[in-house]
Amino acid sequence: MAGFSLLLRRELRIAMRRRGDVLNVLVFFVIVASLFPLGVGPEPSQLRAMAPGVVWIGALLAAVLSLPRLFAADYADGTLEQLLVSAQPLPVLVLAKIAAHWLLSGLPLAIVAPLLGLQYDLPGDALFALMASLLLGTPVLSMLGAAGAALVLGARAAGALTALLLLPLYVPVLIFGAGAVNALLIGINPSAHFSVLGALLAVSSLIGPWAACAALRVALD
Amino acid sequence: MLETMALACERGGRRLFSDLGFALGAGELLRVRGPNGAGKTSLLRILAGLTRPAMGNVTWRGKQRDWDFGREMLFLGHAPALKDELTVSENFAFNCQLSFLKEDANALEQIGVGKLAGLPARFLSQGQRKRVALARLALASSMPLWLLDEPFSALDEAAITAVRGLIEGHLREGGLVVLTSHQEFPLAARAERAITL
Repeated sequence: MAGFSLLLRRELRIAMRRRGDVLNVLVFFVIVASLFPLGVGPEPSQLRAMAPGVVWIGALLAAVLSLPRLFAADYADGTLEQLLVSAQPLPVLVLAKIAAHWLLSGLPLAIVAPLLGLQYDLPGDALFALMASLLLGTPVLSMLGAAGAALVLGARAAGALTALLLLPLYVPVLIFGAGAVNALLIGINPSAHFSVLGALLAVSSLIGPWAACAALRVALD
Repeated sequence: MLETMALACERGGRRLFSDLGFALGAGELLRVRGPNGAGKTSLLRILAGLTRPAMGNVTWRGKQRDWDFGREMLFLGHAPALKDELTVSENFAFNCQLSFLKEDANALEQIGVGKLAGLPARFLSQGQRKRVALARLALASSMPLWLLDEPFSALDEAAITAVRGLIEGHLREGGLVVLTSHQEFPLAARAERAITL
């Protein structure tokens, strides 16, 4: 576990010294979610109905925007080589990268999401559900995203490829994440949606880091 | 201790070398020679376990390399693995801990970058970066096998002397060193081998 905290602390320290990268993703998310009311008009019932989907799509796009950088810098400066030859287990190191990615992108998104929800006139319990669904769903985006980011390492149009590769995989998270809030809005108990999100998180945390490790070994071969 | 058998390497469909076999024992130095693109770096990466050989195998202490190999081998590639945002000492501390080495600021001093410890790595020159990467050698006597890719490139004379001293010290203590280098410096070793790719 020493390797995990070692790399996590370093990732957070680097992020603290380049706060712009973290803010970019957050501002992107806020802007995307704020553009929809301007485009579709200010009808409150309509806005309320589309709020969960809009916020979740914003979160998906923000994740895809931040992912190409996950391994690219380490690949270019030789850090990745050192991580691979180290006796620290690679899946643990990759998990630390994923944890850092979530703390710096998923978590801030979940924290500001209720404010965006207010903009869409969501009631209080729906704001809470929106935040909870993002807290449960965004780690899935980071887990699967790590595998995607590792697969496109070294490719020329890495950003576009990441989006093409990952957005289809993110569909279940979108459906059940936005679905949880929608269910609440029409008076259905959303616990089934949350259970599925939890299951997605469990499965992706088993598959994501291992797939990312395999892809990193191929990329550096 | 380090042995290869019938090693072959292919990059981009082109065979770089084949049927390469050698054995390296304690206190021995192996120089890998060859023109640009001959596969020197590829050979080092195969030995480090980063690249899979097209054929053949590598054994360490008579066995296939396993998980613990990383604790016994120090690989320093072309890229110095420094983060521009972090200071020299933060970078150095991370790289040491990653390879289970006990960090010691004297190592930076020894290779002439002690005064730069608090400076963010983005202000370093190419040679200074290389020095910071090589500073780990001063602490890595517990790792028997050193794989060094062009350790002398971009270094000035004082640094070359320091690195030569570290390599010779390691060989004296029974370590194994494999290095690629276009500049040939005499190094005292129990035995010296060379392969030309």
